[in-house]
Amino acid sequence: MTSQNTDPSLSRRRFLGGATAAGAGLAAVGAARAQAPAPDPLITDVQDWNRYLGEGVDKRPYGTPSRFEKHIVRRDVSWLTASPESSVNFTPLHELDGIITPSGLCFERHHGGIADIDPANHRLMIHGLVDKPLVFTMEDIRRMPRQNHVHFLECAANSGMEWRGAQLNGCQFTHGMVHNVMYTGVPLKLLLAEAGLKSNAKWLMLEGADSSGMNRSLPVMKALDDVLIAFAMNGEALRPEQGYPLRAVIPGWEGNLWVKWLRRIEAGDKPWQAREETSKYTDLLADGRSRRYTFIMDAKSVVTNPSPQAPLKHKGRNVLSGLAWSGRGTITRVDVTLDGGRNWQEARIDGPVLDKSLTRFYVDFDWGGQELLIQSRATDSTGYLQPTKDELRKVRGVNSIYHNNGIQTWHVKGNGETENVEIG
Amino acid sequence: MSRSVESMRSTKALILRSDPKDRVSKGASDGAGWITLRDAAARLLRMRAVRGLALAAASAFLVLSAAPLIAQQKPQSKPAPQAAAPAKLNLGRPALPEEIKAWDIDVRPDGLGLPPGKGTVKQGDELFQAQCASCHGEFGQGNGRWPVLAGGRGSLKGDRPEKTLGSFWPDLSTAFDYIRRAMPYGNAQSLSADETYALTAYLLYLNDIVKDEEFELSDRNFTSVKLPNAGNFYDDDRETTEKAFWGKEPCMKNCKPEVRITGRAAVLDVTPDSKSAPKVD
Repeated sequence: MTSQNTDPSLSRRRFLGGATAAGAGLAAVGAARAQAPAPDPLITDVQDWNRYLGEGVDKRPYGTPSRFEKHIVRRDVSWLTASPESSVNFTPLHELDGIITPSGLCFERHHGGIADIDPANHRLMIHGLVDKPLVFTMEDIRRMPRQNHVHFLECAANSGMEWRGAQLNGCQFTHGMVHNVMYTGVPLKLLLAEAGLKSNAKWLMLEGADSSGMNRSLPVMKALDDVLIAFAMNGEALRPEQGYPLRAVIPGWEGNLWVKWLRRIEAGDKPWQAREETSKYTDLLADGRSRRYTFIMDAKSVVTNPSPQAPLKHKGRNVLSGLAWSGRGTITRVDVTLDGGRNWQEARIDGPVLDKSLTRFYVDFDWGGQELLIQSRATDSTGYLQPTKDELRKVRGVNSIYHNNGIQTWHVKGNGETENVEIG
Repeated sequence: MSRSVESMRSTKALILRSDPKDRVSKGASDGAGWITLRDAAARLLRMRAVRGLALAAASAFLVLSAAPLIAQQKPQSKPAPQAAAPAKLNLGRPALPEEIKAWDIDVRPDGLGLPPGKGTVKQGDELFQAQCASCHGEFGQGNGRWPVLAGGRGSLKGDRPEKTLGSFWPDLSTAFDYIRRAMPYGNAQSLSADETYALTAYLLYLNDIVKDEEFELSDRNFTSVKLPNAGNFYDDDRETTEKAFWGKEPCMKNCKPEVRITGRAAVLDVTPDSKSAPKVD
């Protein structure tokens, strides 16, 4: 360790000098645009970060993004809910790439705030229609065979504000109740086998340890298929807001079922009809009747760039980027239109194509400054083709709140500004 | 609360009879209500007032971490038949009866899980005014964006469905189960079984499902109470009613003659932090 990088007066000088250099750099760039090309001082001048020592390895025991990335945050819509403890915020999809959502940017949905639980004090109970009711500690769970799976989690109400028309101006708000992470956990079927599920057990009730005691009923068939009881996301412990120390992972099914702070699983012969599966998360259709147990998230896609929060800034080469996913399997194809659906081209899928996971697609294109009406359309491995919003409204009406997987339209204007619109 | 149930009842009737369009719109009762276009426009002025705060909150620094690289995932394993369940791991310990009793608070529509107890509409009214009315309103009409608990009958096919115990919820056990585990908000599991029966009885009264303030709800008569909308739920049928979304050949060229914009989000201007005029070079 040298003394140079700990001298406070030097740090202050460096900071001020850096600010001046940055200001000069901006002015020079502006001038360069107007006149003949001038050498870029960012290249011709030695920059502070190029001369002085940076922070040492003792400064960031848990690394965080650059200070220049502070605007990349989850955002909430304050008028949506009465209280931030029973509310939602949104993933900034327009700022992300690839398929994995950074843990700190995964949208949050709580019903009674974030439970603060010491893992040493956490218990998971399995009882009801089992041979032997059991209690597990986190230590027990970490001694069981574990698996790693990447899955999307989408709130059933994602895009729910858009049923009656274009409303929120940004894919963070229209589509940001989705995230995609790698979970590490124990298959639920192993835990159930320990307790010995009785043959008349058809449903499970999953319950959280938070102050809302969140509970949902889950068909045993799904539990024995691919449900994980996860303790880690993206290689580290679950974040508190994602259910630390233990949550359910119900691949492809609506996020509300993925009970966080999971403390209890009761086996029964019928569903419980808890508040979250009767008064909420049932789909009110146009005839006044309601569809229930609509667990699976249908195939969906959205162009994340350009989008209202990420307008086009350059004529010429641009990268159109987006995400597609399906609760029924893998994404087999994504089509993109730039002219409001008159003509389509197949997008380039890049990166892993995984079961019930976000899938990244691109269209590399030239923009001449003309207005664009951009849409994307996903097809999944069951042959389901993502419908338009009007096709959905025709069969469901506009009161369903949940499961809006209709095709999104962005209008790019001549100045690059991009708006959420509906087209006919 | 000293006000008699009778006088409250007449005030309630007034509130419930008023034009729903004149009433302040509330969030869905889970606290995350998804706003309609009309709601949004009406709320615009208030929005402007709070936007400064929202901006400050949105730009607050959050501790973020980068996502690790991922490896290719193996295909999902097929569901294992129950009979072929893996050998026991012998982890975990038996749950004691006292432990199960402490945590097993759920109640099902068929009455499974109902604790012994009873409570009247009148008792529920007093409790409601003391512990619930600050959010839900004296008559369950909801304050601010807090959930509406009464009214809404006949609204489910309209522009603004109001989903309450009386208009929407299929099962009374749902209310009991939810109050017992989650209410009062911020002081969960503080009510006795008798108090929970009394509050549930009062909700029935607010929704005109029982008319007598002396009505007593108990574990003995609980399952005999039926809710008006119970018959209007059916299981997921998307794979048949929406079959047309499968197997369609996607159109690629000249798919429609013209396209026009029929709606714009900017007209409503309800998006937080959405203003940024781009520059094109």
